[in-house]
Amino acid sequence: MAKIKVATVSLAGCFGCHMSFLDIDERLIALLEVAEFDRSPLTDIEHCGPCDVGLIEGGVCNAENVHVLREFRKNCKTLVAVGACAINGGLPAMRNQFALEECLLEAYRDGIGVENPHIPNDPELPLLLDKVHPIHEIVKVDYFLPGCPPSADVFWTFLSALLAGREPSLPYELVHYD
Amino acid sequence: MSGTINIDGKTVPYRDGQTIMDAAIAAGIYIPHLCHKPGFTPHGSCKLCTVKVNGRNCSACTFPAADGQVVINTSDELLQDRRRITQMLFVEGNHFCPSCEKSGNCQLQGVAYHLNMLDNHFPHFYADRRVDASHPDIMIDHNRCIFCNLCVRASREKDRKNVFDIAGRGINKRLIVNSVSGTLKDSAISVDDCAAHICPTGAILIKRSAYRLPIGQRTYDQRQISDVALSGEVEHGQD
Ligand code: SF4
Ligand code: SF4
Ligand code: FES
Repeated sequence: MAKIKVATVSLAGCFGCHMSFLDIDERLIALLEVAEFDRSPLTDIEHCGPCDVGLIEGGVCNAENVHVLREFRKNCKTLVAVGACAINGGLPAMRNQFALEECLLEAYRDGIGVENPHIPNDPELPLLLDKVHPIHEIVKVDYFLPGCPPSADVFWTFLSALLAGREPSLPYELVHYD
Repeated sequence: MSGTINIDGKTVPYRDGQTIMDAAIAAGIYIPHLCHKPGFTPHGSCKLCTVKVNGRNCSACTFPAADGQVVINTSDELLQDRRRITQMLFVEGNHFCPSCEKSGNCQLQGVAYHLNMLDNHFPHFYADRRVDASHPDIMIDHNRCIFCNLCVRASREKDRKNVFDIAGRGINKRLIVNSVSGTLKDSAISVDDCAAHICPTGAILIKRSAYRLPIGQRTYDQRQISDVALSGEVEHGQD
């Protein structure tokens, strides 16, 4: 039987959801018997090819996030918003209370200990969006795994159901927003 | 006068003057609610307690019980409606639970867990209301207020101080403090007031009392809000 293809990415994330995913510990070995990874911070694959499942960590905070998210949506049959940031912007969205310019000036010009103060302007760098957004405001999302981060059991419960062809659901004990 | 109503097939007695919510709680039946609190004048703003009464949607906390009423409290349709309502409350404010000290003890979050709410569905408003940290013991994060009016009622009905009010219209509605400067430090509130402790969310907080309970021991870590609400225990577990 062909293996299920899984892609993962961190947009405006902290990699904590990926760490929590790895917290499934030795169950990862069982997972790798039936699944293989496409583009992911855990592989060297640069672009997302056709996949069964895409796990998205992090909200959308810059132009590159938008491109990557669209690439995932185009290639993944099932797209999953993983963690508080992907679901509601998360703590990074607390910057939505401030003008983007204020944030940049504070970080690159006025902040304590800043040397050679100027706002980075190399065209290589993706421009920040004026606000941080949850991913469902950019693309259609099929499932949501809440938590900051979701626990390893959330990943396991979800993936087990999906791999077995059952409709995934999370019992009370596994639903947390914090 | 008294009589009986029927909630989800169960016969429930009521006394004259009781609402459907009163009768349900007395009979040990949980109807989700946020703005209702036994002992306070009903408010009817959160709509979480929406039930079907003789085929129509009504707020259980304000609707008087009447003999022979057929009330539906548990159905897929009501679950969907209540989930949508809760999602509206989440996107209307800034509910970043990972950094909120009320997390685990918050009734809004507790209801959302109970309803198995996994996402916020709607685009976010990202409210931009200023924190009032002027008072030495009490602070308000206005972006977590759900306008349940409980602090207003508590200050009026229990503390007899009339410290709070809701002002403004529509989405510009906001909680205001009745003091000359509009800030908490110039109001009559004190840390022992009922109004300082009644907030079901993380909007009104007692300073220097955060993160006392380890994860796993907070109110809704182990027990569903339905259980806690019917046990008559204090629901704000942080103090
Ligand atoms: S008030 Fe409740 S729902 Fe809002 S952020 Fe705090 S814990 Fe979460
Ligand atoms: S501050 Fe708290 S108690 Fe007062 S209206 Fe807002 S949510 Fe309700
Ligand atoms: S509890 Fe009835 S409307 Fe809020």
